[in-house]
Amino acid sequence: MTTWHDFLLREGKVPDWPYPVNYDTGQEIEGDVLVVGGGIAGCWAAISAARCGARVILVEKGDTIRSGAGGPGCDHYCDIPTNPLSKVDPDEWAREMTGPYTNGIGTQIQCREGYDTLLEYEQMGAKIRDDKDEYLGVEGRDEKTKFLVSPRQNKDHCRNTVLRVWGSTFKPALKKECKRLGVRIFDRVMVTGLLNEHGIPGNRVVGAVGFNNRTGEFLVFKAKATILCTAGNHSLYVLNTELSGYNSFRSRTMTGDGFAMAWRAGAELTLMETTGPLVLGLGFRHTWYGGAGDASYENVQLVDANGKKLPIPTQGWRDGSMPDAFLRLLPTIREGVLKGEYALPFYGDFPAMPPEEQRATWYMMLREESTSRIIVDTYSAAGFDPAKHQLMSYQLLEGDSPKQWRVPGRGGVLVDWNLRTSLEGLYAAGEQMFAARDHSFCAATGRYAGRKAAAYAKEAAEPVISAEQVAKEKKRIYAPVKRSSGIEWKELHAGIGRAMQYFCSEYLTDSLLRLGLQTLEEIEEEYVPKLYALDPHKLMRSLEDLSLLTHAKIIIHASLARKASSKLLDFYRIDYPEVDPQEWNKYIVIKNENEKVVTRMLPQYFWGDMKKNYEAHNQDYQGVYRGK
Amino acid sequence: MTERKAVALPNLVTPNTPVIFNPDKCVGCNHCVEVCQIDVFIPNPEKGNPPIILHPDECWYCGCCVNDCPHPGAVKFNWPLQQRGYWRDKETGEVFRLK
Repeated sequence: MTTWHDFLLREGKVPDWPYPVNYDTGQEIEGDVLVVGGGIAGCWAAISAARCGARVILVEKGDTIRSGAGGPGCDHYCDIPTNPLSKVDPDEWAREMTGPYTNGIGTQIQCREGYDTLLEYEQMGAKIRDDKDEYLGVEGRDEKTKFLVSPRQNKDHCRNTVLRVWGSTFKPALKKECKRLGVRIFDRVMVTGLLNEHGIPGNRVVGAVGFNNRTGEFLVFKAKATILCTAGNHSLYVLNTELSGYNSFRSRTMTGDGFAMAWRAGAELTLMETTGPLVLGLGFRHTWYGGAGDASYENVQLVDANGKKLPIPTQGWRDGSMPDAFLRLLPTIREGVLKGEYALPFYGDFPAMPPEEQRATWYMMLREESTSRIIVDTYSAAGFDPAKHQLMSYQLLEGDSPKQWRVPGRGGVLVDWNLRTSLEGLYAAGEQMFAARDHSFCAATGRYAGRKAAAYAKEAAEPVISAEQVAKEKKRIYAPVKRSSGIEWKELHAGIGRAMQYFCSEYLTDSLLRLGLQTLEEIEEEYVPKLYALDPHKLMRSLEDLSLLTHAKIIIHASLARKASSKLLDFYRIDYPEVDPQEWNKYIVIKNENEKVVTRMLPQYFWGDMKKNYEAHNQDYQGVYRGK
Repeated sequence: MTERKAVALPNLVTPNTPVIFNPDKCVGCNHCVEVCQIDVFIPNPEKGNPPIILHPDECWYCGCCVNDCPHPGAVKFNWPLQQRGYWRDKETGEVFRLK
């Protein structure tokens, strides 16, 4: 018996809810630093703040042991130019990686401190080297350090800024270290709202409230400093909640809670108008390495059905390309297919690789990356052998991807050189920041935000929370469990997704965006008061819908504010067709002030001289952890 | 044929069997319940038995439940039919599909 209906048919009743349900009870927890979100950035923030002597609270919606996008694994540790094999200057590489609409602050931190986080992962017991000599002979393997350098961005070994790692060992190591340091971890707790001093949005942030998504218990967290480490939002445009293999990089739990909380607390956000097509696995496409996205063919040459090589640079040593090469070349390849130049389907030609590279790619790189270990294992058990077999690619088999299936882009919380947001007491790290990057970015910025927040907490006044704000949020949280009919989270989710697909998708105009806003406001007024949830889990999904709704509105407000098109932002206004005009080559900063939308502009590279500012703010940086 | 009682059930969410437990090997330790970031499973009311799959429609197929299972063979991954991929033998051209 494994399924719910097996149980029902055998027992003649549905299973009881397995956890005690206590919607009305609660507790208040106090600390110096509160970390919201226990993914890569959140765990690092908690560890770093605890190592600075702070009393740390870490709150996570799933279980910290494997939660977040980086929970299952990570195969590449990127942009760590202080590693001993690097051939580039860290500050120069940070500048190189910092084009328009990027995050120069986070990138500088990643380039300076990312390698230190990798060494600290090793201290915690995670695996970062080929210390058992399993991959002797693989190109890029260094005998002295036993590091495996990646060919990513590394034509002819010219840079060595990316290392291949055993990232499936990372997340359990982080949780163990949090526990060792005495971090108080609250797993299965969804934080829904930040608390401002005197309950007034825009004031200092003094904690947060949330509830346990198994028991329904209400929790109030009071802290001198709060670090927002929640993730992005990958389901905003998705209508169907039963799409299996939902997204190969992001799970159902990433629903823009952080954007919504920051907005309601009065923090400034930027780049919120950016969205892009959802290119990775989404239910009706195959999951990564099963095919969708086809960045999986990193290092593996793609051939057509007749064995003819496709003109796609793999990320091998001779071309050292980026993972988006396939997408950039897709129009040319599509044309070739229609002319009969290339025959469908395509295959990843593992057997054409040298044996040690086959092994390193299939058994190490792919097996350590995100959710693909289980793909490698099940395919291997079913007989797939990289020495003999070519793996099918599903690109172009279904025609063009529907472009209305989008994901929010680079939007996030605006931060300064302390990774402090525009609100006193509130810090942000990882994917919650604007223009965030990858795993090592999240680790490095989480660790940085942790020590900055701890330093602030040492000097800060005692936090005072507003009972009125707590009561208001409690009422908002539990409203859906007071009803048993109306609209359920799945339908509400789809309704929000539809509004975004119609009115905030590939084609944008002022009137379409306003129609979108009108629809979302109507949903808020008419349907949210009818939202019902039958148990604490469904209550979580319901509250996530409310995050989606707020996030959707922020995206539309920011889109209305940008009256220009931009290739760099993949943002096209039919009513303002000029692409990237000079006067709009700026960041739009947006916030909620007394229920009014307020915007301002920031110039490109507003963070100033990256090297100088980093050094000015980090004269006391201690390097790799030496404590016990 | 054994007569089976019919009950009035709404349509089931699908796909609904992301993993298959082997009750002979699973000891009901519920480690998979804990490592799942979205609570696909709940513990079985009968201690020592495999967990119950309650929210299969929310599964993101990360595989942590199988990867981290401390009892080999206790739980097997079960890709939904439409997610079962293809490969071919380079020499013979024979095409295989994940069964």
